[in-house]
Amino acid sequence: MPADKLIVNPIDCAGHGACAELLPELIALDEWGYPVIDPRPLPPGLERHARAAVSACPTLALRLVPASEQAR
Amino acid sequence: MTATTTSLTQLPRLLPVKPDRKGDGKGDAHGLDRHVERHGRLTYRDREGVLIRDIEAAGLTGRGGAAFPAHRKLQAVFDAADKRRRTPRVVANGAESEPASDKDATLLWLSPHLVLDGLQLAAEAVGADTAILYTHASRQHDLGRRLSEAISERAARNLDRVPVQLALAPARFLSGQETALLNHLGGGPAVPTFMPPRITERGLGNAPTLVQNVETLAHLALIARKGPGWFRGVGTEAEPGSMLATIRRADGRPKVTEVPLGIPLASLAGELPPGGAVLVGGYHGTWLSESQARQLTLDNRSLAAAQARVGAGIVIALPPDRCGLVETARVVRYLALESAGQCGPCLNALPRIAAALAEIAGGRARPQAVDDIGRWSGLVTGRGACHHPDGTARFVGSALRTFAAEVRRHERGHCSAASGEPFLPIPPDAARTERDWT
Repeated sequence: MPADKLIVNPIDCAGHGACAELLPELIALDEWGYPVIDPRPLPPGLERHARAAVSACPTLALRLVPASEQAR
Repeated sequence: MTATTTSLTQLPRLLPVKPDRKGDGKGDAHGLDRHVERHGRLTYRDREGVLIRDIEAAGLTGRGGAAFPAHRKLQAVFDAADKRRRTPRVVANGAESEPASDKDATLLWLSPHLVLDGLQLAAEAVGADTAILYTHASRQHDLGRRLSEAISERAARNLDRVPVQLALAPARFLSGQETALLNHLGGGPAVPTFMPPRITERGLGNAPTLVQNVETLAHLALIARKGPGWFRGVGTEAEPGSMLATIRRADGRPKVTEVPLGIPLASLAGELPPGGAVLVGGYHGTWLSESQARQLTLDNRSLAAAQARVGAGIVIALPPDRCGLVETARVVRYLALESAGQCGPCLNALPRIAAALAEIAGGRARPQAVDDIGRWSGLVTGRGACHHPDGTARFVGSALRTFAAEVRRHERGHCSAASGEPFLPIPPDAARTERDWT
């Protein structure tokens, strides 16, 4: 079963960068401060940090997409 | 890949054989009588879904640029409507935003009834009860008037089973993009949105929505009459049928012509000088060198070898007295200004890419300009809500590859252009600095 995956809505994202601070293992910032997300499925053990990054986003642009929705 | 046949005598299928470009649409080559005389009456299937099998057998793909199999879209809308018990909507997309393309406007002007036939048949196939024809206000002709006259002409004869509404798109590069189109038809600005639930499932008014390019619908109208075997009579086994192409040669005037898929590029681009170049697929497309153009054919199988795609069928031969870098830089500035400015990577990177390319074209580039463009191109790709940044990056990358020798010439302060006259078209009403999405 595939793991959950992080996606960012690039229209809503305003480049606050909170996500990269909370989840540097998977999220880097580009030279303008916008997140570059590791496209691989969430490795086990990082779920809690991923959820923290999602909750910290001031514009609610970051989402954790459950595996069940990815097949669409 | 084997070309089945490329006999040009079977073409054109979609356009009138002898177009009367000044006709007024009444009793002339584009009127309803002449249309029925040439193609026969509209052949409804009288049952939902039936036509989809014919379209599948024909192998028709979307002619708006993406070449997505038409039957899969039809089937997805049909299934979603069935599953959700919602009556679907159908939109004919004629908002040809690409400035280098003229084929949709030409088709709508010369053969409006073929598109409208296709719209009715597509509506029947998926079970829709309303249809919208979405197009630009037009560049040269009063296209809106011609189309509303065509729609009333059909209504007067009770030809259409589903009412057709005409909607005009703003003259912006992205207004034909599917999510932008839906946003606009829903009352919003014509800018892309991020990952709606699939349009085929939840589109206009939350109903399953079929959006098909106008040329795709015209082909569909002929397949419904003549069958899949007829459609496959030209083109290649993998990519059957014909397509409308907009060809520009040295004189710069666009010529819309119907060609079989798989036709040699060289036969469209004309005489190519050594070191010449051909742009395939428009401003999200790919520059090819003269030697590549000589070997490749106009179909995605062939073009994939050069990382190019057929797109909406734009083929432009760069005149020998122009510089490909100067031309590309001018277009990329236009593309950067046409960004909706919604996504950070696109908003930040496209103007920088455009500026660096302008430095290179102007012979005053910082040493790292080419590397910067490569890095920024990587940063925008796949990170926008739509593919505008990806397409722009691909176009720029192909220019730096194809005109690599010219880049070195510019580094030494030379440019091989003998003429500074702009060649690649940019709409006169394009944004200069401000953004206008209304």
